[in-house]
Amino acid sequence: MAKTVLMQGNEAAVEGALAAGMRFFAGYPITPSTEIAEACALRLPQEGGKFIQMEDELASIAAVLGASAAGMKAMTATSGPGFSLMQENIGYGAMAEIPCVIIDVQRAGPSTGLPTSPSQGDYMQAKWGTHGDHPVIALSPATVLECYTLIVRAFNLAEKYRTPVIFLMDEIVGHMREGIELPDPNRLIINHRKMSFHDGANKQCYYVPEGKYVPAMKPFGQGERYNITGLAHDESGFPVNSSEIAGKLITRLLDKVEKNVDDITRVEEYAMDDAETAVVCFGGTTRAVMDAVLAARADGKKVGMFRPITVWPFPEKQLLARLPQLKRILMVEHNHGQMLLEVQRTVGGTLPVDFLGRVDGTVISPSDILAKLNETEGQSHAE
Amino acid sequence: MGKKRYEMRFAGSGGQGVILASVILAEAAVISGLYTVQSQAYGPEARGGVSKAETILSSEKIWYSKVTHPDFLLALTQASLDAYTKTLADGAVVMMDDSLTLPKGVDRSRVISIPILRAAKEEVGKAFTANIVAVGAINAALRLFKDDILLEAVRRHIPAGTEEINKKALDIGAALIPQEQADVFAQKLG
Repeated sequence: MAKTVLMQGNEAAVEGALAAGMRFFAGYPITPSTEIAEACALRLPQEGGKFIQMEDELASIAAVLGASAAGMKAMTATSGPGFSLMQENIGYGAMAEIPCVIIDVQRAGPSTGLPTSPSQGDYMQAKWGTHGDHPVIALSPATVLECYTLIVRAFNLAEKYRTPVIFLMDEIVGHMREGIELPDPNRLIINHRKMSFHDGANKQCYYVPEGKYVPAMKPFGQGERYNITGLAHDESGFPVNSSEIAGKLITRLLDKVEKNVDDITRVEEYAMDDAETAVVCFGGTTRAVMDAVLAARADGKKVGMFRPITVWPFPEKQLLARLPQLKRILMVEHNHGQMLLEVQRTVGGTLPVDFLGRVDGTVISPSDILAKLNETEGQSHAE
Repeated sequence: MGKKRYEMRFAGSGGQGVILASVILAEAAVISGLYTVQSQAYGPEARGGVSKAETILSSEKIWYSKVTHPDFLLALTQASLDAYTKTLADGAVVMMDDSLTLPKGVDRSRVISIPILRAAKEEVGKAFTANIVAVGAINAALRLFKDDILLEAVRRHIPAGTEEINKKALDIGAALIPQEQADVFAQKLG
């Protein structure tokens, strides 16, 4: 049996990233993500990797993109204020198809907000923070063990689809310590980007075979020279002003995620088989929801938990599959109603969707959720 | 006592090491095979300001990670004692530094008032060992973990070369609790 170790969510994310092959970290420490930079500073030199503390978050994401273009698995970690500063180059990464992982350990905002308080207020920013239509994959862990296992998946998806992946943590999970049994690194599935070397004149750096979506990657600085740009570009990587080529490129970038949504989206369900009420949640909020669902079940109520693990793209297919059995949905999240909008869009007015949110930096408790479940129940009887 | 979930809160000012104290008890829980969740909250300052840490112990899987009504409170500053004695669970045990004044309305029969800060400074000889003195006293009063498990938990979280002084701090902390008090406050977990 594997040994149980006491580990913090932030530390587990670093160990998982190392197991996934991450060997480059550039960042600017910020609460509540600081332990990630600390652990990377300690662990990367031990594993033959590089840690750089940059002058700010703009430089951090730029260094990460550069390292990844050169062939390294690279990541950075920040919180809301730094995540805002990184947005421009996250879009660059999506356009230039540079795989990387960006950890956002969310704290209460807006602006510098409440630095040490939990929040999930960056959910929509993870999707829409950078301008233009672009592919987004974002994953959100709910336990310390999942900080480890899910960040491995974040790297795998980044490598497979050549796109930045957002690892959307929150203060609850990042700062929490639990006893976990680390998985055997030899049993993990690890993806690496498809590489191409010296393919000859006909295989351009962004050449994509018919019916495929992801070009093989040439490591920058080895062998052939090529161009990387945030401008709309053709297969050679050089900018073009052709609406036809630009349209084809942007559509392909979006299709990388949209056509592979079944491969990318994952959910966790608890007690959903006969549930008539689904409590939808993600990340650290899941902790309170699980206790509330267990208490409601002990009370004989048909309540279940539905948790998107992949938070972008929103797993609408999985939620739609549950709608016929449901009478009510309760969305619980530490913001003013962000994933709520995705749930409402998916449900399309066919079910009542209630909401419990929090924006004062405190944590929603199981009793808050039970009270809301009872309240909505009472309301529906009154109607 | 048959309680599934034992909630502990550790409060003081930033730099007193209450977070480390809570981590050490969580580590001892892991070594003992109990479920545990540890978390912390602190102000933006690195020193000073309020610092609060929490450890939950259970024989079952723990989901909700925050403490609402602690079964045990350690308070090393007046501000934290005043604030957190307001939200105690029924029958909660309070351990406070004896330089502090107990707020009105707290059940004195469940209060352990001992010279944690003075013992660290004068008996151990290092004021910064107050958190380890407290850990020794907590374990002697609540009898949560075997001595060798607690020592191992401490060892995993201190710099090499400080084992001796931390062992001394643990022992001095334990000696602050009279035997008859430990018989009153002992907990049974898992």
